[in-house]
Amino acid sequence: MRWVLPDHIQDALPSEADKLEGLRRRLLDAFRVRGYQQVMPPLLEYLDSLTTGAGQDLRLRTYQLVDQLSGRTMGVRADMTPQVTRIDSHLLNRKGVSRLCYCGSVLHTLPSTLTATREPLQLGAELYGHAGIEADIEILRLLNDVMRLADVPATRIDIGHVGLFHALAGRAGLVPGREEALFDLLQSKDVPGLRDMLADVPEPVRSALLLLPELYGGPDVIDAAAARLPRDAEIDAALGDLRLLAAALSDLPVSFDLADLRGYHYHSGVVFAAYGGGSPSALALGGRYDRVAQAFGRARPATGFSLDLRELALRLPDPAPAGAILAPHAQGADLQDAVMALREQGEIVVIGLPGHDGTWNEAGCDRQLVMREGQWMVEPLQGE
Amino acid sequence: MAEPLSRFSHLCRGYQKPRRVTIRARFSKVRSVSSITLALSKGRIFEETLPLLAAAGIVPTDNPESSRKLIIGTNRPEVRLVIVRATDTPTYVQYGAADLGIAGKDVLIEHGGEGLYQPLDLNIARCRLCVAVQKGFDYAAAIRPGGRIRVATKYINAAKAHFAGKGMHVDLIKLYGSMELAPLVGLADAIVDLVSTGGTLRANNLEEVEDIMPISSRLIVNQASLKLKRELIQPMLDAFSGAIKP
Repeated sequence: MRWVLPDHIQDALPSEADKLEGLRRRLLDAFRVRGYQQVMPPLLEYLDSLTTGAGQDLRLRTYQLVDQLSGRTMGVRADMTPQVTRIDSHLLNRKGVSRLCYCGSVLHTLPSTLTATREPLQLGAELYGHAGIEADIEILRLLNDVMRLADVPATRIDIGHVGLFHALAGRAGLVPGREEALFDLLQSKDVPGLRDMLADVPEPVRSALLLLPELYGGPDVIDAAAARLPRDAEIDAALGDLRLLAAALSDLPVSFDLADLRGYHYHSGVVFAAYGGGSPSALALGGRYDRVAQAFGRARPATGFSLDLRELALRLPDPAPAGAILAPHAQGADLQDAVMALREQGEIVVIGLPGHDGTWNEAGCDRQLVMREGQWMVEPLQGE
Repeated sequence: MAEPLSRFSHLCRGYQKPRRVTIRARFSKVRSVSSITLALSKGRIFEETLPLLAAAGIVPTDNPESSRKLIIGTNRPEVRLVIVRATDTPTYVQYGAADLGIAGKDVLIEHGGEGLYQPLDLNIARCRLCVAVQKGFDYAAAIRPGGRIRVATKYINAAKAHFAGKGMHVDLIKLYGSMELAPLVGLADAIVDLVSTGGTLRANNLEEVEDIMPISSRLIVNQASLKLKRELIQPMLDAFSGAIKP
């Protein structure tokens, strides 16, 4: 069966491609008018720069090959964010704020879930050069706009902060390997597992770490956290950030989850995930990652989000088929004018090549251009 | 809606474009934010979950042991149960086919727990995961440093982690049931299996030589459900948590 595709790899046939491209244009246009400039990094580059500042898991998800010209190992990008960060920190070299966006295919060696594609179409926006909470607010509002433009019903944006875990894990005095295990347990809100693991950790850090999985919900969890977590400069700063976000975004469907640490190795402050549209997992992920640019040699504050456009487009309603108009294969300036005018109005006009009568409905034709009383008129397509 | 006037508007005279039909098929499968689906397996887990459900004010309308229905309603119209194979429970919850599930720790270790929250140990369906060998087999000698044994099990991940923790190489043979047979017929030196009373081991001339971990059932929650249906799920979590027997 030569036409079978590899597992977790798929085509986009006309109706899906139409949805994908329509959504891509809508979102990139929305980015453009907000000053986010599009960049197009290459499909592959040296592995070192592709995985700079990211965790081991990104390296494992990257397809690798040897460059015949340099002998160095190259990777096919599994995430465009490090590429965009490299562009901001090394190529643009701006002193002030830079807002960048991107859209392109990435490749994963392994699918992230049983139903996930190995070739997501990643779309994202990143804001570099501003360390203040204003940048996080802008990015979160932009994410909300994206969910609205993509018509995702029942959206919820869930916000966390890695500073809380960082402060508590530091005070728990865990050996390096254990911090990883603690992180996994918190990610799955595995309270029984946490209780076992933290048996030897002194108070009040132990109770604080056990409390984190319960701290999710509306803005009131920030107050609950302030009342029940130990006093610490880093914790206070993180809760301060979250309070500012809650106040600034009170008109958006936001909630808080103080144990959500996705991309902890990568992120350095506020993190967030967007849910909705009946999707069993997050549709978009993002957060602040001030340390990544440093790995490229130039410290730059950074925040942004990205998403898989395929996953988002899947949730869009199927569009009604755009009816095309069949025009006869004939000469004549007035016919050419009529066809051009219809196309300028956004109509699809298909030229009927000879010998294919009765098949034009396959091409989506539901109307035809016919000569009536010396004028070209559009009429319903007969006999198909 | 008025069409913008165009020089060629006469081209479309007498013909009305078909109205755009919006197809919402994909969303119709998605259950609303105001209902809850709980996945669990029949048998011991179902029996021992009933008191917990009762504490949350939920009473199933059918008994899966006598009914062949796979979807079971409850006295609360917004809550339903789906009856699945124990090993499938995490899969249903991970993909959002169920919001909540009740699954043994053994099943969760094999599944990996991706995309799941596991906030409560319900302390039901308790047993132990053990290494067992045929009586008379010198297990201590077989696992000395540098030794290598063959282990038959349904619990590949748990067995791998256990022996790796001891710094041992083992050859694992995946079986789907009747593990006790493997050492008796020479398929494996040892088995890794769940033991509750030890009756099956004794009946087959096997003995437990090592305890790997205690097993009980966990409440698992789909990550998106916890965020989007918190108002329904949190009271159930609180009720379950208050009804757990020590």
